Amino acid sequence: MLLILVKDLRQRAADSTLLVFAIVLPLGLAFLLGLTSAGGPPPAAEYGVSGPSAAEFARRTGLSGLRPVADAGEARRLAGGGELDAVFVVSPTGVEVIGSKDAPIAVQVAREVAESYALPPAARPVEIVQDATLGTRELDARTYQAAGTAVFFLFFAMMFSVTGIFEERRLGTLARLLSMPVSRARILWAKLLGNVIVGLAGASVIVTVSTLVLGAYWGPPAAVAVLVLACVLAAAGLTTLVASFARTAEQAANWQGVLASLFGLLGGSFFPVAPEIGRFTPHHWFLQGLAELRGGGPVYEQLALPVLVLLGIAALTLPVVVARAGKLVTP
Amino acid sequence: MAVLTVDGLRKTYRDLVAVDGLGFAVREGETYGLLGPNGAGKSTTISIVVGVLAADAGTVQAPPKERIGYVPQSLALYPDLTGRQNLRFFAGMYGLRGAGARSRTEQVLRLVGLRERADDAVGAYSGGMARRLNIAVGLLNRPSLLVLDEPTAGVDPQSRTAILDSVQRLTGEGLAVLYTTHYMEEAERLCDRVGIVDRGRMLAEGTPAELGDPDLEAAFLRLTGRELRD
Repeated sequence: MLLILVKDLRQRAADSTLLVFAIVLPLGLAFLLGLTSAGGPPPAAEYGVSGPSAAEFARRTGLSGLRPVADAGEARRLAGGGELDAVFVVSPTGVEVIGSKDAPIAVQVAREVAESYALPPAARPVEIVQDATLGTRELDARTYQAAGTAVFFLFFAMMFSVTGIFEERRLGTLARLLSMPVSRARILWAKLLGNVIVGLAGASVIVTVSTLVLGAYWGPPAAVAVLVLACVLAAAGLTTLVASFARTAEQAANWQGVLASLFGLLGGSFFPVAPEIGRFTPHHWFLQGLAELRGGGPVYEQLALPVLVLLGIAALTLPVVVARAGKLVTP
Repeated sequence: MAVLTVDGLRKTYRDLVAVDGLGFAVREGETYGLLGPNGAGKSTTISIVVGVLAADAGTVQAPPKERIGYVPQSLALYPDLTGRQNLRFFAGMYGLRGAGARSRTEQVLRLVGLRERADDAVGAYSGGMARRLNIAVGLLNRPSLLVLDEPTAGVDPQSRTAILDSVQRLTGEGLAVLYTTHYMEEAERLCDRVGIVDRGRMLAEGTPAELGDPDLEAAFLRLTGRELRD
């Protein structure tokens, strides 16, 4: 199994398409989204401002039409009731953004605005408060964009490894391998393990580069590693499961592409989506897990549900994949 | 002594009977030619013999997979790896490691005349070179049974001659060879015995001299007909 794995990884390392999907596209898109989202609030967004430094805040951010709000309590009432999308509570010590649960994009933009206000020389901390517990709303924009695009393209990158079985079939090497003292299960496990390693390597590069270059903050490394591993296992299970029902590499790639795109969009990879929809996707739980890491309390409590859901997806899909090894690993 | 014995072999794909009660044996040091038109069931039989496919009925008494060398009809090689890397990988699949794998890789490279190009990517090989490497993989494990499925298809006369010479040398060393080909002159030159199959059944079996009247091709056409199969 190790030999097949090493051979596959060597081939994948030389595959520029994989490099593009696993690293270049996610980072490039996260960078572009970072540029475009810094342009200002959506036209229909309604913001309020409160606190002793409200006037200075309005002047420095250049936001017009900010509705004056009496205090933080009033801000919570207005945002909670949906009258305002978000309220900036500005004090000499920092900025608190109180957002409406119904306006995730406007809240995210408000966060960006607050962060730009808090940049040096002011260097004031920004605290985001929302009535909703949507994880994606609690990540800063840079991390959200990096994580969202990372998990979106993770599914595409892992797709290339899975279709390696079809490539072996096309080359005739699958029949040759099966004529040797190698079981179907060993071939399948090697492909799956290669898939997981490719996913982990791509995610590691994105976490590192987005942290160093784009200023993203993913969270405590060990906790992020656990979450990434759980997400990669879920992705491996799902992508391989879909491939196991396909007859050709093209069919598998098409199905996997649809799955990756649909889950990416519904799971909030590019913009926040209502949890009622997103919770059916691993993308949502990955982003939710990252967001939970921003909260207080023990890390294992924050990560428990997202990691369990992701591992649950893997636990449900991988046994089906193994059961279908006879069909999948057939010349 | 028979190295391979096939008896009553049957394989169907839904309504299509690919192999229908086929039986034959290949002895030590013998080259046995399995001849037949396209769709006769040769490749299915070979796939069952090498353990890639399971038979619906019948028995196959063959050496374990560790002692079978298989050279499939298609070039079952990794084009982005070099010839040497391909051989080292497949040697590993047979359980060869370290110095043993290196030594055997060099031996088979020498045998098929590819040492000079061993570090080139297989994708850059000519058709004949790739065919020779394809055969080299089948020899890595020092098999007692070598199964060659149309190993000379689409190669130039020089490579074909080199391949046939290699096979003759191997049978001279005691190897049992199961060989399929569409080239009757190849079968006449190489095979000690041939079996002519069609629609999954054995039509005739014997030495090329016994079956060939006036030659093997005439016998083949007489037994399998002249209608086009593709």
